[in-house]
Amino acid sequence: MIAYLLRSLVQAALVMLAVAFIAFSMFRFVGDPIASIVGQDATLKDRQELSRALGLDDPMPVQFARFLANAAQGDLGLSYRQGRPVAALLGERLPATIELALLSALLALVVGLTLGVYTAIRRNGLLANVIMSASLVGVSLPTFLIGIGLIYIFSVELRWLPSFGRGDVVRLGWWTTGLLTESGRKSLVMPVVTLAFFQLTLIMRLVRSEMLEVMRTEYVRFARARGIPDRVIHFRHALRNTMVPVVTITGLQLGSVIAFAIVTETVFNWPGLGALFVQSVQVVDVPVMAAYLMFVGLVFVVVNLLTDLVYLMLDPRLRSASAAPAR
Amino acid sequence: MSEPVLSVRDLRVEFVTRRGILKAIDGVSFDIAKGEVLGVVGESGAGKSVTGSAVIGLIDPPGRIAGGEVRLGGQRIDNLSPEAMRRVRGKRIGMIFQDPLTSLNPLYRVGEQLVETIQTHTNLSNAGARKRAIELLAEVGIPAPERRIDGYPHEFSGGMRQRVVIALALCAEPELIIADEPTTALDVSVQAQIISLLKRLGREHGTAIMLVTHDMGVIAETADRVAVMYSGRIAEIGPVRQVVQTPLHPYAKGLMGAIPTLVQSSDDRLVQIPGSMPRLSAIPPGCPFHPRCPHAWDRCSRDRPDPIQHAEHRVACHLYDANDPTAKAHMIHTHAPLEEGVAS
Ligand SMILES: Nc1ncnc2c1ncn2[C@@H]1O[C@H](COP(=O)(O)OP(=O)(O)OP(=O)(O)O)[C@@H](O)[C@H]1O
Ligand SMILES: [Mg+2]
Repeated sequence: MIAYLLRSLVQAALVMLAVAFIAFSMFRFVGDPIASIVGQDATLKDRQELSRALGLDDPMPVQFARFLANAAQGDLGLSYRQGRPVAALLGERLPATIELALLSALLALVVGLTLGVYTAIRRNGLLANVIMSASLVGVSLPTFLIGIGLIYIFSVELRWLPSFGRGDVVRLGWWTTGLLTESGRKSLVMPVVTLAFFQLTLIMRLVRSEMLEVMRTEYVRFARARGIPDRVIHFRHALRNTMVPVVTITGLQLGSVIAFAIVTETVFNWPGLGALFVQSVQVVDVPVMAAYLMFVGLVFVVVNLLTDLVYLMLDPRLRSASAAPAR
Repeated sequence: MSEPVLSVRDLRVEFVTRRGILKAIDGVSFDIAKGEVLGVVGESGAGKSVTGSAVIGLIDPPGRIAGGEVRLGGQRIDNLSPEAMRRVRGKRIGMIFQDPLTSLNPLYRVGEQLVETIQTHTNLSNAGARKRAIELLAEVGIPAPERRIDGYPHEFSGGMRQRVVIALALCAEPELIIADEPTTALDVSVQAQIISLLKRLGREHGTAIMLVTHDMGVIAETADRVAVMYSGRIAEIGPVRQVVQTPLHPYAKGLMGAIPTLVQSSDDRLVQIPGSMPRLSAIPPGCPFHPRCPHAWDRCSRDRPDPIQHAEHRVACHLYDANDPTAKAHMIHTHAPLEEGVAS
């Protein structure tokens, strides 16, 4: 078990190193940093001086090592565009994205699981079939369309919910939250639903098919043959076994919710990291793009580690994997 | 004679499929008395497992019980509500499946699974149920049960897991145990142990046992009576000694005739009779065995043979129809070729 965790950690570190290298490479291959900063009409001398000052003349490994050391200390460089530390920019935007993503993930997980279990248990029920058909729309409809549709209905027609921004936010230390004000909560509804929709339908369909699979196993049949009530079979025997395969994909999905809130943030003008990324791509603000890339990598790595931990909790076979099972 | 524990009458089970209704079980009748072991043999697909599932009420759609009666201790159970039938399962009928590696839920300790089953059928407290679980594990021969009860299924060997499965089936002291090939998935070395355990438990508790197996050696050693199934029907049923030593039905003869060769063969399975059992969608009219039967005459492809009492056997074959004057002639005429056909 310790070995398993250790392996996960080493893997995580390697992945982060690779992501950091790609981020670092962006500085060399995407755009021209000097041109981005000084513009077209700077003299050659200005350019050379700047290049030296930024350390761009050093050999590549040295530059990469410096990049890593700085990043580890939270120094992600200066934004070409705004001239401010990238870390500060990210820090300002982070709460908006995290709040949006965590609420979406929670919604997708809770509703997706519930509906997945329901549609599996009531496989032939009318409601279950309606839900399944509706979910087909969910997986095939692009996120921005759902967002625009919601805006049209709830902002334009009904005028119930704001169509953009976070509303009023409350400051808690360096964190900002929209959950403590009415307008903040109202502003969250549509972006959260939009972002959750795809993951929700995906999780639901996955849970359903895994659950149906588990319901066909011998141990479920044996539990029924022992007279265990259906309720116990569904929620004790089947659900936990369903979760083992579901956890990986769900983990990755939730990771991508946090990482790729880009479309939703753009549609709702949400002042989060995704919107920041889109802006910096438009102006080729490489330090911000590179930092965002590393942020996404970090999210996936952390989610993956958590997934591994959940695995350990769910499946006793992994916990004693080091002690050879008696056969 | 007292009332049998299990009494099955003219049981029919059908599967509704796109290609029509398949009759998996077509008119099966048998009894099992208290403390008796009924062995059930027959080729793969003969309907042994489906019969067991029907008795315990676990035929799932698209399957259904299409007719007949199942009585447990005199009470009809084939028409109970799902909830009432659930309370019969595990409490009055225990079931043991073929593969102990897949019968146990891998995510729960064996103790949790035992306690859960015990508490489903009794009012025992947690502590009481745990004590009972330890007793059960001890009874099925698991060493150090106080310690092993907290183990997970993957920490047990195949034979030990099958013992756990048996303990689970015994939780509520059922009147009847259905064991569907309980040793097929096990190492040869532990098969005998599991069978003798079953036999001992059946004797000590007076449990009726329906033992499905491909192993004629196990049948000969364990069963009191044996039923030979073919194409969803019972071809022959009777006391084990008679059916094994002097089988009447041509199919049973083929099956039992194969036993001597079994001793030498490394694999303890039945030697196949030439030809194969018809698929459910293509069961011929008359006797389902007639295309393979060396004795068959025109009547066999026309009339379906009903079970006939012949000495201590009940056999579904026109050869033993005392009212058919031509039957005897067919028997004598073709006796020798059958033996040859089987041996080849
Ligand atoms: N769910 C199902 N749908 C359709 N046909 C089925 C279903 N379950 C069983 N059958 C059919 O019922 C017949 C009897 O099957 P059964 O499992 O009882 O055979 P068996 O005698 O136990 O064979 P084996 O020795 O292989 O275990 C087979 O022809 C099988 O194809
Ligand atoms: Mg079977």
